[in-house]
Amino acid sequence: MRAYKLGLNWMFLAVLALLAIPSLALAQQEPNSQQGSAQPATQPAPAQQAATPAPAAMPARDVHQESHLGKLTGHSESGRKLYFRFCWGCHGFRGDGNGENAPYLNILPRNFVAATFKCRSTPTGTLPTDEDLYNSLGRGLNNSNMPSWISLTDQQRADMVAFIKTFSPRWQTEKSGDPINVPAEPALTLQSIKHGQELFQKLECWKCHGQEGRGDGPSASTLTDSNDQPIRPYNFAAGSRFKCGVSNRDLYKIFLTGVDGTPMPSFGDVVKPEEAWDLVHYLRTLQVRQKSPELTLWMSTPEGAAIVSAQRISGTPTGSGINQ
Amino acid sequence: MTLSVPVRRGFSSITSSIAFAALLAALMVADSPSAGAIPAFARKYGMPCSACHEAWPKLNNFGQTFKDNGYQLGNDRDAPIFQQPAYWPIALRITPHWHRESTSATDITNPATTDPVTGLPATTEGQLTTHGFDLTGMDMLTAGTLAKNISFLLVPSADETGAFHFESASVRFDNLLHTPWLNVKVGKFELDNIVSEKRILTLSGQGGFYQGYHFQPVTEDTSLFTFGIGDNQLGAELSGHSRNDYTRYSVALLSSNDGNVDLPNGHGYDTFLTFSQAFQAGSLGLQRVGAFAYVGRAPTYHTLVAGDSALGDGFGQKSFTRAGFFGLWYYKKLDFTTMYIHGSDSAFLGTNTPSYMDLPLGARKPTWNVGTIETHYTWNPQLILINRYELVRMSQQALPGLPGNLGDVDVLTFGYRYYPFISSRAGFAFHNEYSILRQRGVSPINGVDVTSSSLFLGFDFIF
Repeated sequence: MRAYKLGLNWMFLAVLALLAIPSLALAQQEPNSQQGSAQPATQPAPAQQAATPAPAAMPARDVHQESHLGKLTGHSESGRKLYFRFCWGCHGFRGDGNGENAPYLNILPRNFVAATFKCRSTPTGTLPTDEDLYNSLGRGLNNSNMPSWISLTDQQRADMVAFIKTFSPRWQTEKSGDPINVPAEPALTLQSIKHGQELFQKLECWKCHGQEGRGDGPSASTLTDSNDQPIRPYNFAAGSRFKCGVSNRDLYKIFLTGVDGTPMPSFGDVVKPEEAWDLVHYLRTLQVRQKSPELTLWMSTPEGAAIVSAQRISGTPTGSGINQ
Repeated sequence: MTLSVPVRRGFSSITSSIAFAALLAALMVADSPSAGAIPAFARKYGMPCSACHEAWPKLNNFGQTFKDNGYQLGNDRDAPIFQQPAYWPIALRITPHWHRESTSATDITNPATTDPVTGLPATTEGQLTTHGFDLTGMDMLTAGTLAKNISFLLVPSADETGAFHFESASVRFDNLLHTPWLNVKVGKFELDNIVSEKRILTLSGQGGFYQGYHFQPVTEDTSLFTFGIGDNQLGAELSGHSRNDYTRYSVALLSSNDGNVDLPNGHGYDTFLTFSQAFQAGSLGLQRVGAFAYVGRAPTYHTLVAGDSALGDGFGQKSFTRAGFFGLWYYKKLDFTTMYIHGSDSAFLGTNTPSYMDLPLGARKPTWNVGTIETHYTWNPQLILINRYELVRMSQQALPGLPGNLGDVDVLTFGYRYYPFISSRAGFAFHNEYSILRQRGVSPINGVDVTSSSLFLGFDFIF
């Protein structure tokens, strides 16, 4: 009996060793050597499987950053763990937007090293506020692969904001820009919409966005972003949400701060605040499938009703959710 | 090692045999892998497993939100039209493994031996140990969106012999009336269990399922009545959740057949309700508490199919209930899952009495309580240590003469899963686990306590 038990124990050890060896061998693989290696979006899949990032190899390890959001203080040390759970697949181990999934995305992930951010409340070219980054995390970026992280806790998102700020030296040498002033929205009037329509022509918004706001203006096919990737102007007719928010206030900010890293400039030095609101009101009427007070008012006029009717296109649903 | 014991067969030993057989059957079912992790999603969205799973296959709140949104991230890029035409949302999971199963008191009668008094084979009860290389069942998971706000899940599943069945097959309509509070799912699906048995982190024969989700008193004939909250059910579910998924509810109307197709016992419906609420606890992270209840009916007798030994349709439905509450508690790298379940069956079900007959003298509804505490230590996304203790205590036997602790269960499970790599293309885990179970008074011959243990070493992969 004793010999039997001894034999069984030896067998256990042998089996355990047999099963453990392959795992240990896998664990000994070199960390992914493709860190930071940018591949164009048209390249085939990288042959080498990525390993989980080795924290010790990270350049941002010694940099400490905080984020401040009301009573919340985010810490980069905590955000680091979250980043390497949730974000690195797209944004990469080094935050340079070259994650293992980046070659397959037609809107490349944000390059945190460059610290150029689309959604800001600050003037073009400046760093965003912590709140801007925090809001982007919670909202996600529509029509991109960036989801909403609202299911994380407030503290977790604050920590992630702090960690994102460790990737670029800009955060150590520059302060965030001052948020632009957004005046109270004036009352919606037909004159405001019509003036916005005139501004749409005068500022040549149509060159990119098209006369109907479908993102098909004469310049649309030539546009590229800061990664030299083709980029399509926003299609107002198809979208219900903007990349940087859903409200009129968000649209106002997009217009006056620009969308850095894209051809969409800031119009902060070109138009007056009240004119910007007029443009906001008009742009809402281009969202011909999206109920809004602006659209309702616009359609109450024969001119507006005729334009909207002509802009609406009926077809067979594709299941995409885009109804034009 | 064998043990010679005198023959003693009575009510308790017979029912114990039935219960033990049922337990083994449950273990066999549970031994098939869970239907939870779907790298097809990771490939579609390019996210690593760790984005949606605390440790694959257990979901974190982001993964739960994604699931509750109908497998959509909600960025207007979820519909198939946005995918490469070659993209095929399918994943396969199986776990080659070595395992050792040992049971302390089982019928190991050798037909060649005879009892000198009766001349019949001498019944013998003793320890039975088996071990060797093996396979789990295989899940073929295909899921995703058919269109914006219309999603599906289809899981053809095979047991370890290759016999197929449909583990899940459902279509889901999300964000009805443009609100996440209204979603409808129809088909065969996992009940809305936040403590999910389909995403369980344990795989062994004894520890690979939640006792509380499957327990039935030893006096019940599980060939007539089998039920498990952990079993996928057929029906329709209305569910809803807040944008961040902190608040969730679901109500399901289910056929009274424990998920079996072709309408066996097709004479009634069950109901399952659940609600949970998550809350932020500062740096501790997200905590969640919730409750659930299942009210069902099951047949007490069946028609017999002429010329066939199989049971026909079930009649004489009587009720049963399961209700409980749970909590998911996080403290830095440590988290605890706690769960309490109260179970109750009709006295007819508890004593295997057809509804047209009188109950045995003193018969009453069996009731029991289940407690579960599961602890995880997530060292990092690559390594998780697992421990679980479950106990089942009968609070009332169906018949007054039975020992109060007959059928009580204690199960201790511990192990770890190590993920050598984390990617957005496939999942792979080295899984080590040991589990030991003790059930009171259920040995098939002597009615003594049975202790069973499982050692499981395997490679769990999905791609």
